[in-house]
Amino acid sequence: MKLNAQLWIGGVLTALFIAAALVSFIWTPHDVTALTIADKLKPPSALYLLGTDHFGRDLLSMLMVGARTSIAVALLAVGIGMGLGVPLGLLAAATRGSLLDEVVMRGNDLIFAFPSLVIAILITAVFGPSAVNAILAIGIFNIPVFARVTRGGALRLWTLDYILAARVAGKGRLRISFEHILPNITSLLIVQGTIQFSLGILAEAALSYVGLGAQPPTPSWGRMLAEAQTMIYTNPALAILPGLAIVAMVLGLNLMGDGLRDLLDPRVRRARG
Amino acid sequence: MLRFALSRALSLALSLVVASVVIFAVIEVIPGDPASYMLGLNATPEAVAALRDQLGLTGSLPVRYFAWAGGMLTGDFGISYTYKVPVADLVAQRLWISLPLALYALALSTLIAFPVGLIAAARRGSVTDYGIMGATQLGIAVPNFWFAMLLVLVFAVNLRWFSAGGFPGWEGGPLPALKALTLPAIALALPQASILARVTRSALIETLSQDYIRTARAKGLSRRQATTRHGLRNAMIPVLTIIGLQFSFLLAGAIIIENVFFLPGLGRLIFQGITQRDLIVVESLVMLLVFAVILVTFLVDLAYAVVDPRLRRRA
Repeated sequence: MKLNAQLWIGGVLTALFIAAALVSFIWTPHDVTALTIADKLKPPSALYLLGTDHFGRDLLSMLMVGARTSIAVALLAVGIGMGLGVPLGLLAAATRGSLLDEVVMRGNDLIFAFPSLVIAILITAVFGPSAVNAILAIGIFNIPVFARVTRGGALRLWTLDYILAARVAGKGRLRISFEHILPNITSLLIVQGTIQFSLGILAEAALSYVGLGAQPPTPSWGRMLAEAQTMIYTNPALAILPGLAIVAMVLGLNLMGDGLRDLLDPRVRRARG
Repeated sequence: MLRFALSRALSLALSLVVASVVIFAVIEVIPGDPASYMLGLNATPEAVAALRDQLGLTGSLPVRYFAWAGGMLTGDFGISYTYKVPVADLVAQRLWISLPLALYALALSTLIAFPVGLIAAARRGSVTDYGIMGATQLGIAVPNFWFAMLLVLVFAVNLRWFSAGGFPGWEGGPLPALKALTLPAIALALPQASILARVTRSALIETLSQDYIRTARAKGLSRRQATTRHGLRNAMIPVLTIIGLQFSFLLAGAIIIENVFFLPGLGRLIFQGITQRDLIVVESLVMLLVFAVILVTFLVDLAYAVVDPRLRRRA
């Protein structure tokens, strides 16, 4: 019962933000690049549902486009992590104990030694701040996470009879990895993907808050908070709404991830019951 | 135990070497010449040449790497281009804000998380348990810098109990300094405490379902005795891992939180280094942070071996 509730609440929250982000491509209540100084710092009204910021930009429109920025950055970063991490993990598991396995795992440990924010700082120090570099910085940190999960899941499967049967049938390690191992660890990867997605949203918010993420005029939740900080005495609402958006999005993804894990991994369910 | 410590120390050294090569290489990747990058477009050729000389950019790649890495080993981190003082001096000043902040937050997080996780595990499935789990779920989703802003809003703007930022220094005694670090430490600790409480709970639940706990109960120990004497110690392994991992998050988190509260720590220094294109500061600070994280991982590994004798033999 609890399991379904988690999945439902999480799924609905996530869907809501994804929908807002998608809608923002074709329609927002107001243009986020148009500065209407005459309407600056307006309280919520029929014209501006959530009010306006210090440049007279509509807060609701900013939040919608901000959702787009956050989701795009986090999703692409998960893509990088999966795209490189999963093949690496599969290869490492297929050649367990080999030099390749050792190098992949040690390399992973090394990336873990760099806090993700430090990687981001290093990258932006060299290439300059931008959304693309934020994606790279978060994505690099996702690689070892997916490599590790993939390797762990694959190692368990390599001991099973049907893999042995495939080997006897003459299939190579590489083919087995992609034809038999990968389809059987998709549920693991989906759950991990959801978790990394939510961590990516938080990381993007932190990076853009310190000015290392998407650059103006592209709205992002983190920079909205940074700009609101100077006006926290006079207009606290500006500092509260983007934060609530981040919390709701991350909470939704985390609940969905937990719900999915319970649903897809029967062992957890049994251990809980 | 000694063999175990030695093998871990060897891998520590190896990680440091590889990390330093990576950081050095990344800085080398900068398109064009670091000296002209740092000085900007309007620099005269003479100024660029002088800086190249000062940065030691005249030698070959390996020579430059060994000069830098060797300097780091002896505590010579180079001279900041913008501050005109040795980076080591800057670090020494700023460390007295960042390190206490990270430790303060770690202490808060552990002090909150242990009892909370223990209560949730002991009352598993109760309303208390669900309440705690819900609260931690929320705590994980809150970005620490936003939580910091909310703390400022409530405790500095409305209640006026704390100042909204700044640091009085340690010269005026530890109390004003600790007071200035309190809101930042709470902001840093909240997400970490949420994670740690969840890990403590699940580790305890896992341990308490083991046969040896049942045996202990059968021999007449009360639930509480069995938990404290046999359960806690065995549940420590995953909890220690997370505390070790959290240290690196706290260091990185401190970088951002210092910017919220205008604390002149290492984090502010890194950002100033980036905006002022002071690559020597950025390069050395990143290496120091990575060194700290690798060192903590090493210490956690040793702590495992103390807690769990089985791990000593495996090495």
